[in-house]
Amino acid sequence: MSDGSRVASAVQLLSPEGERVPHGRYEITLRDSELRELYRDMVLVRRLDTEATALQRQGELGLWASSLGQEAAQVGSARCLRPTDFAFPTYRDHGVTWSRGVQPLEILAMFRGVTNGGWDPIERGCAIYTIVIGNQALHAAGYAMGVHLDGSDDAVIAYFGDGATDEGDVNEAFVFGSVFNAPVVFFCQNNQWAISQPRERRNPGLIHERAAGFGFPGVLVDGNDILAVMAVTREALERARSGGGPTLVEAYTYRMAAHTTSDDPTRYRHAEELEIWRLRDPIERLKVFLARQGIADRHYFDQIDHEANELAVFVRDGVRAMVEPSAGSMFDHVYAESHPLLDEQRRRLRDYEASFVEELSP
Amino acid sequence: MSELRVFNLPDVGEGLTEAEILRWHVRPGDAVAVNDMVVEIETAKASVELPCPYAGTVAELHVVEGAIVPVGSPIITIETAALPAVGGGERQAVLVGYGVRADVPVARRARRPADGVAGSNREGASTGRSRAKPLVRKLARDLGVDLAAISASGPNGEVTREDVLSASGGSAVAVAAPAPAHTPTPTTAPATVAGERIPVRGVQRAMADAMVQSAFTAPHVTEWVDVDMARAMEVLAKLREHPSSADVRISPMILVAAALVRAAVEQPIINSTWVDAPDGAHVVLHRDVNLGIAADTPRGLLVPCIKGASALGVVDLARAVQDLIDTARAGRATPADLTGGTITLTNIGVFGIDGGTPILNPGQTAILAMGRILDRPWVVDGHVVVRPVMQLSLSFDHRVIDGASGSRALRSVADFLADPALALVVEAVDR
Repeated sequence: MSDGSRVASAVQLLSPEGERVPHGRYEITLRDSELRELYRDMVLVRRLDTEATALQRQGELGLWASSLGQEAAQVGSARCLRPTDFAFPTYRDHGVTWSRGVQPLEILAMFRGVTNGGWDPIERGCAIYTIVIGNQALHAAGYAMGVHLDGSDDAVIAYFGDGATDEGDVNEAFVFGSVFNAPVVFFCQNNQWAISQPRERRNPGLIHERAAGFGFPGVLVDGNDILAVMAVTREALERARSGGGPTLVEAYTYRMAAHTTSDDPTRYRHAEELEIWRLRDPIERLKVFLARQGIADRHYFDQIDHEANELAVFVRDGVRAMVEPSAGSMFDHVYAESHPLLDEQRRRLRDYEASFVEELSP
Repeated sequence: MSELRVFNLPDVGEGLTEAEILRWHVRPGDAVAVNDMVVEIETAKASVELPCPYAGTVAELHVVEGAIVPVGSPIITIETAALPAVGGGERQAVLVGYGVRADVPVARRARRPADGVAGSNREGASTGRSRAKPLVRKLARDLGVDLAAISASGPNGEVTREDVLSASGGSAVAVAAPAPAHTPTPTTAPATVAGERIPVRGVQRAMADAMVQSAFTAPHVTEWVDVDMARAMEVLAKLREHPSSADVRISPMILVAAALVRAAVEQPIINSTWVDAPDGAHVVLHRDVNLGIAADTPRGLLVPCIKGASALGVVDLARAVQDLIDTARAGRATPADLTGGTITLTNIGVFGIDGGTPILNPGQTAILAMGRILDRPWVVDGHVVVRPVMQLSLSFDHRVIDGASGSRALRSVADFLADPALALVVEAVDR
């Protein structure tokens, strides 16, 4: 199946040219202010991402995984969540964490190596980034089983990529989610590349169709169309809340940047592919739609750009000013309460630290 | 108020130690904004552009294009218009693999003397156990080196492999991991001692790769012969006076080149290529003699080649050689100039050397080295006389060329040089 026909069969409400297209099954109606907010979210997330990439190139971050091009899939799906819902993101889902209210500097702190996480997952309704591929799908399935047992109508969303669907963890999560009828949405961002491996070399079939084998529905959605992403995710979340069990959403999108800052995609993929996907840019199509409908004007767009640049300066200064944690903090979150063995280790570290007599300042 | 801010080469790929500066996008005096791409670098992992962390004017580029620099080295200095007020002042970047600024003392803490170990700043000292990685410990055990007695040069007082090797006094090669007997892995000696580190890249890397490939695939044989060059030098003198050679320098190498081309026409087997094909190995005899001339250039050894050398007379050959070497030395040799050779001549005489065992260029089966021409005692008609003598060394691929053919080819070159006029006359008569 060619890329073009895949895109054509995906749920789409906003064409790449910014035209609103009707869909028989999925629809969404949003207020003008909500549409403007979605645009603002995506622009700011993109600016955060490009600034973080630059900071890594300047030695201020150890690593960065870019979300460039996947803003609609991330922001659109996460903006459907209620505050008490819970999201389990990958390390690339900056649009998800942003939408959950995680602060920009909290997002960057782990990539600078000054924290093991960055935020309080309970406070944000959002787990910390999982680096292990697909692992968080299991966390999500288990958490959702707990929600179900609690009798709550909260929903859970697990984010993962197309590459992760080839791993056992994700498939096991499908099994548990399905068997226990857990209120979980499996949200797969098919960004076409598992580092340097293209989709065709891994799973030539359609990812969302695998859901049938696990006994729950799967939907293919244009992942660069924020309206379609929201329409599909909303319905999947409602299904979860109302006891309908899991849904697999395959958001068809593209990783516009390198896998991480350690990667050089020019060594394995063609520039033409990038050009094709540039025409499907999620932000541009919403911007055209907003302008054409008179929902936002030049002044609004300029104001958002200005805000984005201020965010960049804020992030840049904030990252440089981050304080390195003390070595002793490594013991803080191993157990909820004190533990004799850890206390002993903490004491020994303190003694060791105290054995230094002088410190030369730079 | 302006201030000079130095941007040090960051680790852009999780644990890299160095990068090559490919291209500067700015020059001193240029204005730059924050995140303007100022330089393209290539690491072991990727080619990337680095955005400038400061706004201002480029004051200095510390590294030239093509240089390989360690992570943490200053690469560019920016004169900033005003110091941006960053909360708490500028913080020194001390990420893993990211060097701290070289121009400031590094924060270092001295350890309080522990029981009986005075003034040691090594973490392991207080416990009596040296810090070293398991492989280094094993190496020390294998070499019978006491880790505790070694002065450690690694980070955090860690004993490194190099420390163990230098403490053992043994050469690195002797303890390098043994390669499987059947695989001719060119075992690399770890950099054991302090010294200048010369990066191997570009032309030099290409040469190294070609030589390793050739040396370990084609079994080489080398033969030598001494030649009395007296008559050749007479012919050379006459040639130099001839009007046709007014604009070109004819060196002894040209005569050797002509002799080699002639031998290659006579003995096509030395002008051939061994091919490992799916349907079995075979030897291709080349129709043309494309003579490669090894040239010492500032970029390293290059072997530009003269296509269709057998069709050229001596003067034309001299002209072609001169053009080619000039082009190569100027760094303007095109890939076409450097490929397609079928046989090679290398002049080691220019270095004051007599003979050697040249390594074949990959894809060729013979290479001739000419030595210096030196007055030596030579026996002529039972009398010792002084003659200009030169040694020729011919290496050939013994899979393709047997001893008889190789010897005939070398003899042919030597005979021509011993009496060029006679050889030309004989040739004319043969035709």
